[in-house]
Amino acid sequence: MSTPKVLVLRAPGTNCDQETGFAFEQAGAKATYAHINQLLEQPQLVAEHQILCFPGGFSYGDDIAAGRILASQMQNRLADTLNEFRDAGKLVLGICNGFQILIKSGFLLPMDDEGMQATLTWNDSGRYLARWVDLKTNHSKCVFLKDVDHMYLPIAHAEGKFVTRNDSILSTLQSQDQLALTYCPSPTGNDSGPANPNGSTADVAGVCDETGRIFGLMPHPERNIDPTHHPRWTREDIGPRGDGFAIFENAVNFFG
Amino acid sequence: MLPSHRRLTDNIFNTPKIVTDSTETIASSNSATPSNGSPQIWQIDISPLPGNPNLLAEETLASAKLLQINDLSLTANHGFLIQGDLTAADVDQLTRELLFESVVQKCDFGPVGTAINPAPADKSNVTYVLPLPGVTDSQAESAMRAMKQLGYAVDAVSTFKKFCASGLSESHTALLQKKVFHNESIERVITGVLELDRLDLGNEYKLVKTDVPLALVSDDDLMKISKDWTLSLSLTEMHVIRDHFEAEGRAPTDIELESVAQTWSEHCSHKTLAGRVAYTDENGTRQYENMLKETIFAATMQIREDLGEDDWCVSVFKDNAGIVRFEGDHNVAFKVETHNRPSALEPYGGANTGIGGVIRDTLGTGLGAKPVCNTDVFCFASPDTPYEDLPPGVMHPKQIMQGVVAGVRDYGNRMGIPTVNGAVYFDDRYVGNPLVFCGNVGILPHDKSFKEVKPGDLIVSIGGKTGRDGIHGATFSSAELTEDSDITSGGAVQIGDAVTEKMAMDVLLQARDLNLYNAVTDCGAGGYSSAVGEMGEDTGAEVWLDKVPLKYEGLSYTEIWISEAQERMVFSVPEDKWEAFRDLCAAESVVATAIGRFEDTGRLVLKYGDTVVGDVSMEFLHDGRPPIIREANFTPAPVKRIENIPEKTPADWTADLSKILGSLNVASKQWIIQQYDHEVQGGSVIKPLVGVQNDGPGDAAVIRPLLESRRGLAVSCGMNPMYGDLDPYHMATSGIDEAIRNCVAVGADPSRIAILDNFCWGFTDRPETLGSLVRAAIACQDLSVVLQTPFISGKDSLHNEFSYTDDDGDRQTISIPSTLLISALGQVPDVANCTTMDLKKTGNLLYQVGITGDHLGGSHWSLVNEIDGGLVPTVDPELAKTTFAQMHAAISTGLIRSCHDMSEGGLAAAVAEMAFAGGLGANVDASAIGLDLLAYGEDEEVDLSYVIASVLFSESNTRFVVEVEPEKAAAFEAHFDGVEIVKLGEVITDPVLTIELAHSQVIKSDIASLKAAWQEPLNW
Repeated sequence: MSTPKVLVLRAPGTNCDQETGFAFEQAGAKATYAHINQLLEQPQLVAEHQILCFPGGFSYGDDIAAGRILASQMQNRLADTLNEFRDAGKLVLGICNGFQILIKSGFLLPMDDEGMQATLTWNDSGRYLARWVDLKTNHSKCVFLKDVDHMYLPIAHAEGKFVTRNDSILSTLQSQDQLALTYCPSPTGNDSGPANPNGSTADVAGVCDETGRIFGLMPHPERNIDPTHHPRWTREDIGPRGDGFAIFENAVNFFG
Repeated sequence: MLPSHRRLTDNIFNTPKIVTDSTETIASSNSATPSNGSPQIWQIDISPLPGNPNLLAEETLASAKLLQINDLSLTANHGFLIQGDLTAADVDQLTRELLFESVVQKCDFGPVGTAINPAPADKSNVTYVLPLPGVTDSQAESAMRAMKQLGYAVDAVSTFKKFCASGLSESHTALLQKKVFHNESIERVITGVLELDRLDLGNEYKLVKTDVPLALVSDDDLMKISKDWTLSLSLTEMHVIRDHFEAEGRAPTDIELESVAQTWSEHCSHKTLAGRVAYTDENGTRQYENMLKETIFAATMQIREDLGEDDWCVSVFKDNAGIVRFEGDHNVAFKVETHNRPSALEPYGGANTGIGGVIRDTLGTGLGAKPVCNTDVFCFASPDTPYEDLPPGVMHPKQIMQGVVAGVRDYGNRMGIPTVNGAVYFDDRYVGNPLVFCGNVGILPHDKSFKEVKPGDLIVSIGGKTGRDGIHGATFSSAELTEDSDITSGGAVQIGDAVTEKMAMDVLLQARDLNLYNAVTDCGAGGYSSAVGEMGEDTGAEVWLDKVPLKYEGLSYTEIWISEAQERMVFSVPEDKWEAFRDLCAAESVVATAIGRFEDTGRLVLKYGDTVVGDVSMEFLHDGRPPIIREANFTPAPVKRIENIPEKTPADWTADLSKILGSLNVASKQWIIQQYDHEVQGGSVIKPLVGVQNDGPGDAAVIRPLLESRRGLAVSCGMNPMYGDLDPYHMATSGIDEAIRNCVAVGADPSRIAILDNFCWGFTDRPETLGSLVRAAIACQDLSVVLQTPFISGKDSLHNEFSYTDDDGDRQTISIPSTLLISALGQVPDVANCTTMDLKKTGNLLYQVGITGDHLGGSHWSLVNEIDGGLVPTVDPELAKTTFAQMHAAISTGLIRSCHDMSEGGLAAAVAEMAFAGGLGANVDASAIGLDLLAYGEDEEVDLSYVIASVLFSESNTRFVVEVEPEKAAAFEAHFDGVEIVKLGEVITDPVLTIELAHSQVIKSDIASLKAAWQEPLNW
């Protein structure tokens, strides 16, 4: 099997870069890490890789709004680089803050004449929330979710409520199979909170672009790759890998 | 001025609305500068679009309710003020590019001074809340940097909040403004239309070197100088300073006096506890030359000697954090700090900078440890306290608690460090002095565990810039709080900026691994004065104060030197590594500046430009302080028996259990825990909440700090101020026992647990208050030596008292209960053997490990029944050592399916928690539990109720409840030797808990209602 190269991008305030790179490496990729300043100076770095990953964290402190400042930098300075990367048939993954950046830069869902089609905004509770959620996939074209039906992953965010500008955008995304991942009730009935943790429209937890090769999600797959990551591993039989591992494996296997 | 590559999009939906007023038409003139010559400031209002929640308004209404302002109708929004050379078209563009989200928000803007979104007809005037000049406004700073990067000519940015209220009386309006809309220690209020000339700060600074003549000054005037300058120096200390400079034939300069005050402050030198103490108790008098050194440090030295070649301590009580061995070439560092006084005045900022500070402690340990988890423990008055019952000048405890939790959340989460452990303790004596303990664990290579400043190295500062933030924080934190503290101590209150610290951390760890420096420390209390003073203690240093990067111009050399601006680290960088160091920082946009040089002179030389403003010997600074000599007394309180407990029915006992579970200390802290990221860094093994619904109270969290390894770290704590009211000795041993048994319960090896002490006490100038502290320190020494559990670091915070004048004009003082927090850092050889406390399977057997004694004194059963007296729990050190070792062996060989420590609420609470966490019931027969009724003579008659209460709720130490599979029961029973185990019963499917004693049922409840009682109180 080939060893795809993944570029894990970090910016001031990014904080899930190491464990996300580790998850990719466990799945068979080679991870390198680049600071946004380096990328702005040498955008050609991106082209040397097959996978680009925007990990979680608080880029620029999530000041103004989560992911907004880095998104604005991407939009203004790296749009061409990213478009070329996508057009070359490669993969982009945004996790949590990475998802917020992908949405707000217009890279995941392109801006139209009226601006952004959708955003990720404050949870209905108005608070940061860290807990585990059940997720189902929706027959999407998303390559990261190939052969995945259900996942159990943690979320950890304050601004994860997916909102579209209007209903017709939502139905278009739905009809194009782009609402790849949604929150769902626990199959065991053991929810300790509402299935939809933040008030997301249509329970959306993750979205892919029209190609299925760019994917953003609020939950953290890199935090459930080891059996001991599962909150109930001391009482339930968890397989050799956590549910989140499939996302990284699918990314690697895409180039296999 | 728009950059050429920008695309302007036409017909933007939800276009920002330009507001103009009648006197000036922006669109036609497009003017950037008003005619009066002051700079242009734009006001940008951002509000939620209809259909979206207004979180600022909701939060404000909730705070108002706490103050019993109920009939409030409110509109609220936030916004930005931008000063710069911008046209209306520029502002229009940049709001869309950066400042608002058109999907969910709307935006209105105009020149400041025009009526933008004026008060609706039914609302009173508009209230604007702005950060005080110089207070950290990281939103604004980030916004400004981003605007500049996009090519906009911006000079200054501020955020604001804007409120319009109606439906209130005049007094409520004033209260709302003073206590809800803003906190005057960090914010200011402007009502009506905003009138601002400029946002940028600072004035030109002209050097004036100031001498402070002390010779021929009367003692009264010496003390006046100490007080007026917030030096917190005693008269004896002022005399020593005066004499020292007289011998040099000159007066000290202001900066020299300040340097001495910072270095000698209680906060930096711990002069009371590390001083001479004559301690008297029922066993006679002991003389200490250095109390801490001869008790707690001495215990650790003894343990290290006993361990010989197996000594696993690396660096104790000397660096910013204690260091012990972990695995292979890796060590771990651990430190817990307090940040009490700032948190009383501005809970958010206090907690924020508290966690920021302790993270810098581990970053500044050895050559820098990578932070891997946080622990946070808080003490508050009851959040249910009616507002009118509060003493004057204090914030409502619920407001304090919400602010503290938010402060830790926003800083810890942004740093990307999981907050995995904590506790919250409630006692009304914390009303004026809440306690905020922040701790951090870091990991570092063994060969990076020590530092050594080399003469000739540059003194390099990285991270935050310096402003007037927190001047006199170190000396302020050594003084008592009063109802006026919120007015007089504004300078000591700060807001943190986590991303600046995260950026500094990122480059620090890279520079460490590239060997680019010889030493590092954090800038905490005392600022550069302490950091450089400590680093240069053995060499000497010359500091170039004019080189320090400032937030704004105008700071005097002394202000630069003692400012406690956050997020700064100081390095000792060899000249030949400086370029590489600077480039590394620049690559990640971190400010790094050489501000001096360590020199082999033995003197601290402070320069501003070419002028020497200070030149004092390091020896005087560090060793010149006259010793403090204190008396300490302890008189044991007479034992008061608990008597005349009324006869109780099973329903009554069950109600007691329910009340204990619902008492604030025991109740679920899920509301807090879920606001903390406890899984970032990807090494989470045992989470703070466990069980079938992920919501049971785990004993300790476990993480794997090295992703490629299976070795774990367990973090836990122990604290019980109520025991301290009976005897501080047993409070201390109980705290140690609790911290260790929590760690052992999840699988940590008791022979590898390191602990920390944090003493928070009242006014220790009083012999009886200091006496209770010394007694606790002796207990720490005694128990830690027997358990071979070393203290590796610690911290104290004294004088935690609050004074005010009551309604009758009498002066009142509230002292906190003596509070000793013990934090434990355990190691789990293989995380696969970890256990949790939730019941696992029907048919499994339940056992109690350990002996139940007559220990209802200070218990939660006494608390909820408002009963005084009783015997305080004690620890049998040898038995504890044996029990912990055998429990660990049982856990790591798989004999135990679940394990819970027995603490608040004793047996009944432990079993109830295990049951509802596991979603299973339990049948318990506690008849086999033997009880030695110590408070009673052999022939005395004891109430049956007392026996039942003791078996169910006694809080005797060194006990666990464990769940064992039937097929392992024989092996489990055979395993223990010299440790009492009692079979209690079994796990059942029926979700009901029953406890039987001598053939009659004393507790029966469905687990759902017990769980509800436990979850309800703090489910905000």
